[in-house]
Parts: sequence; C-alpha cells; structure tokens
Amino acid sequence: MDDLIITNMLVLGGTAFAAAVILYFVSKKFAIHADEKETQIAEILPQANCGACGKAGCADFAAICARADEKAFANLYCPVGGAAVMQKIARLKGFSTKDKPSTIAVLRCQGNCQNAPIKVAYDAVSTCRIAHRISSGQNGCPNGCLHLGDCVKVCKFGALRMDKKSGLPVINAAKCVSCGACVKVCPRGLFEIRPQSPDGMVYVACRNKQKGAVARKNCAAACIGCAKCTKLNDQIKIEDNLSYIPATVDVGEFGAKLQKICPTGAIVYKEKLRG
Amino acid sequence: MAKKYTFPMGGIHLDKHKTTAACPIIQAPLPAIAVIPIKQHIGAPAKILVSKGDKVKTGTLIADADGIVSADVHSSVSGEVLKIEDVEGASGYVEKMVTIKVEGDVWEPEIDRTPEIVREINLTPEEIIAKIREGGIVGMGGAGYPTPIKTTIPERKKVNLLIINGIECEPFLTADDRLMIEKAEQIIMGARVLNRALGIQNAVIAIDENKPEAIERLTALSKLYVGVNIKVCKTKYPQGGERQLIRAITGKELPSGKLPVDIGCIVQNVGTTFAVYETVLKNKPLFERVVTVSGNGCLHSGNYLVRIGTPISDIIGQSGGLATDVEKIILGGPMMGSAIVNTNAPITKLTSAVLLLKGDEFAKHEPSACIRCGKCALVCPAGLRPFAIKQAVCCNDPSETLRRLHVGDCIECGCCAYTCPAGIPLLDYCKIAKQEIRKK
Repeated sequence: MDDLIITNMLVLGGTAFAAAVILYFVSKKFAIHADEKETQIAEILPQANCGACGKAGCADFAAICARADEKAFANLYCPVGGAAVMQKIARLKGFSTKDKPSTIAVLRCQGNCQNAPIKVAYDAVSTCRIAHRISSGQNGCPNGCLHLGDCVKVCKFGALRMDKKSGLPVINAAKCVSCGACVKVCPRGLFEIRPQSPDGMVYVACRNKQKGAVARKNCAAACIGCAKCTKLNDQIKIEDNLSYIPATVDVGEFGAKLQKICPTGAIVYKEKLRG
Repeated sequence: MAKKYTFPMGGIHLDKHKTTAACPIIQAPLPAIAVIPIKQHIGAPAKILVSKGDKVKTGTLIADADGIVSADVHSSVSGEVLKIEDVEGASGYVEKMVTIKVEGDVWEPEIDRTPEIVREINLTPEEIIAKIREGGIVGMGGAGYPTPIKTTIPERKKVNLLIINGIECEPFLTADDRLMIEKAEQIIMGARVLNRALGIQNAVIAIDENKPEAIERLTALSKLYVGVNIKVCKTKYPQGGERQLIRAITGKELPSGKLPVDIGCIVQNVGTTFAVYETVLKNKPLFERVVTVSGNGCLHSGNYLVRIGTPISDIIGQSGGLATDVEKIILGGPMMGSAIVNTNAPITKLTSAVLLLKGDEFAKHEPSACIRCGKCALVCPAGLRPFAIKQAVCCNDPSETLRRLHVGDCIECGCCAYTCPAGIPLLDYCKIAKQEIRKK
C-alpha cells in the first residue's frame, strides 16, 4: 500500500518536474519581447484601425513609430489623431515636435440642382460605381458628382451627409479626420485631401475636362479653362481645360481675389473652418 | 419534325415582341451631318487619316486600324470633314469622332453597286482575310471583336465547323431576321467566303424556330450549295450566345476560359457574314447596317438600312418622332442593350436596334432583400450563382473570391436580373465583378 503511494508520488512528481524544465526552456526560447514603447504608443493612438496612415492598423503604426528614427518619424502621421497625437508620441520618443498643417477633405464639384439641372432619370442600382459605368450621369457632366452617396456610406466618422436640396455630399469639418476613404471610393475622384492654412483654403471645385462651351452646357459652375486665375498667380496651371490651384498658393493674399475673378464661380474660397 | 437544337443549362423564355418581322428593310435617308466614331470595336482606336476640310467619298477609308486588335473605319457618306474632336457618345462620355458634312452621295468607284449576286470566289484565304481587314469588319452581333482576328486560325489549332449565328434571341430585334429573308443567297455566299478563309468545307446556319420565313428561304437555297446546312434551334434566351449556340449545335461544352477555336468552332453573326460577302465580293466596306426601330413608344416601327454615323435622333425622326411619354431609349436589345442619355449620338457598327419604350414596358421597382430562392442560379446559362456574386461585390470581397465564383464566365445575358423576384439588378453586380477581376 505504502509502495503504491510512494511510486505514484515519484512518477507524478518526476513528470511534473520534467514538464516544468521543458516549459522553462520553451518559454525562454519563444518569448515575445513586447516593446514597452510600442504598447505606450498604441495606447495614445485613436485605435480606429482605419488605415488612413497607410499602415495595416494602429498596432502596425505603433510598431513602426517605435522603430523609427527622428528622420523617418517626421514622415509618419496619424490623420485621425492629428497633430496632438503625433506630438504626444514624439514627446514619448524624445523627439522635437513640429506642427503639421491640419488637413480636410474637400469636394471638387458644385453640380447641384441649380448649377447642373437633371436631364435624364437614373433608375438602376443606387451606387455611384454602377452609375459611373453606365453613363455620364443625370446632369450630363461626365466628371461630376453622381449624387448617389457612395462616399457617405464609406465614411467611418460620420463626417459626410447627402444634402437633399443640392444632391451633393456635405463635409462636416469638425468630424472629418482626412482619412481619405472618400477619395478612394469616389469613382470620379471628386474628393481631395487639402491642407488648411490659417487663412482658410481656396480650390477649384470642378473636375470637368471638357472644352469650356461643352462644360458650361451641363453645369453653370464648371471650370471653363479661361485661365484668368493663372494670371493672378503663376503656380496655378491649366491642364485639359481645367485649372488646378496647388495648396502652396497663399490663401490670405489670393483667396478672395481668385474667387472674385472666376467667371463661373468654380473657384471656392473658404475661410478657416476648424481650429 | 426534325430535331430542334438547344442548350441544356439555364435560359428563360421571353415575350418576343417581334412586331417588325414582316417589315421589309427600308433605306434610311442620308443624314445632314454624319458623326463617325473612330472606335466602334474592341481594341485600340483607329488612327485618323483625314484632316479638317478634306473631301471624302462614301466608302473612303478615314481611319486605319492601329495594331492587330483594331479595325478600319470608312466614311459612310460623301462630303467635307467638318471637325475631328471629342463628341458626346450615347452614354454621355466623350469619344473621338469624325464629323462629316454630307454633300450628295458619291461612292468610291471600286465599289460594285450592281444588284447581281457574285457566286465566284477566286481568292486565296490570305487575300480574303486581307479584304475583310480592309473592309473594317467587326462582329456585328454586339461584341465588336474585329473579324480578321477571328478568321485567322492560331498555329496548332484546327477548325472544323463554321456556325453562322442567325438566332437573334433578344426580344424586338428583327434586323438579322429580315437580312436572312432578303439577302439569303448573299449570306450563304458570305458563309462560303468565310469557309474558304478558314480552309474548311462545311458551315451551319443556325436559325431560331420563330423565324419560319427565313428558315424556308435558307433551307431552299442551301440545297443548291454543298456544305451549307440549316439547323433550327429552339426559341430560348440566350440561344444566340456563342457558348450556348456551340453547345446546342455540336453538343460540346466550351470549357471555362477557352475560346470557340479551341474546340474547333468559329461563330459569326449573320450581319457580319453579310458584311463579309459585301466587302470581299462587292468591294463594299462596312459603312451601313440594318437597324430595327421598335418598342411601344415608336410610331412607325421598322427595319432600316442606316449609314453608320447617322445621329440616333434622325432615325427616331424617320420612324415618326419621339412620343412625349417615351421614358427610355435603348440601343440594342432590351436584355443586353443599354439605355442612352444622348440622342445626338451616332449609330455605330454595333447598333442592332433603337428601342423607344414607354414606362409600362420596363420594370421599375425598388430592389428588396434577397430571399434566397435560387432562381438566378437556375436560369444562369453559364451555371454561375449570381446571388453569391452580388453578395461578394456588396461586401467588397477580394477579387480572389470573385474569381472562385467564375465571374469571368458571365456572358451578361441578364437572365438573373430578369428572373429575380426581389427585383435585384444582379446583372449590374456581375458586370462590376467582371471589372474588378480584370483590374488585377
């Protein structure tokens, strides 16, 4: 009877000891060294996992931040958290902090019911990507907004809504984090992420590349490529009958002037929207 | 009763609406201005040879095929080139087109305009293919694949059967039907020309059983020509699809991703065959085609022989004008054609019909949720599962998933959307899915 107890104890004890030894070495060999910095950075990040930074998600971004040197770090940016989050991370890493200009999505189309009246009815599936494939759209502009709201559906931050009256999406400046989801989804590439200067922003709200007369036929607010804006500032270029105002143009000096000179009202000047 | 051929999987039965079947082909009047797109085919746009102010004759080459997958474009009228620029097409998107102001109707002198039927073929296969290329012939059934490529057999492949597709399974369309009735012998000669180009002896003309007059005409004539057989097919949509027709006639299933030539078949539309006859034996390039004008919003429906480049509005005016309650204008058949937004767009080599439809002729209902009845899969002639494709497209699934669903085999016949009790536009989703897999 005693023998049995002792044998049992020895066998089980021996097995347990052997297992403990194996486990000890295995845990040493396969240990994951969690970087403390990485966890700290991950805690700062907004955890939206939107991919707007261009990385796989917040964890990936944190890992890249943790590894980055000062030079590489300067190119990293979380559009959702914005400058505030990047500054916190920089402080954690002991880098100097610099302000990046805040950015926002803008819609480069003004084809609402007044400017571009509806000519043909569309009764197929109400998604822009199908409508874009089928025809130039209800108002006839081959580059304009299709009014079906794929961008609203894709926005994770509730920053977009379809305005019933104009039929165009409206951007809520307070909610937009410039993640770029709308830029990717719009089949006509009508969205652009633009930096906001302290004086606001000025841009051409049109993507129509047709000749002036043709463009004007479909939409009253179309860029007709008249090149009046290019005379004010030589950074502005006309390409394919369409003007483009780069973000480097001084908004304070030229914003109001550009808006005034545009004969069709295709140039939009907005004063500072977000603090 | 002789055996009627058909395909076994899927398909639907549609109302025929072939009210214009008894209307003889009428020559449409010349337009005042012809707008000729330089890309009326699959492949690269043709290179423009004329410039503003040039005088052209009917049949003059105005754009030359750019590369192998491309086709020549000829002037369909005589007159002066007004401009060469981007013009809004039927979909509202711009395409490069040559605008010609019509002055009289002077044809190129080498075109044989006599009504006699040429029954002698003294050309070698290479000469025939060269002539087909010079005639700018493309598949006139709707796909617009340049015909010379189709008639050039790739190395190590062997063709043993030419099928002339006279099915015309879409409702309303009667252009091919009338062509078979009125130009029966020319079509048979066209088939013989193609036979010679392919180096084979036999051709099958497949006709839908709902075209008794065409069957009668061609059967009587085919007895005079060795190697030309008429086969009558059951009325079922999409019997005129290339794969479905091959399955019906030969009993062979065309494997996924393979071309008809891989199993020894070549399929040509009757319109194309007639164009081949005209260009090879009559020296007349492809610059006019038969267009059916029909629909319940059309006052004088009929079949018109129309010069390519004639504005659609001219054709509508010809048939009695646009009624105020017409809600949809469709180019091509109601199943595969597309609604247009611009009536100033021209008739092209691929326009088989102009349909003017009132509101009650087409379905207008809000799509509701899929009830998983599986009808779409049942009627799909390609054996696909349209509901699964729609699901994958809606969920932005990777193209790998779409490829696993064999979206590439979709022939875009529209049976799924037609049959769906929930009114889901499944065809649109399939088309998007096809685009998605082509991207990567």
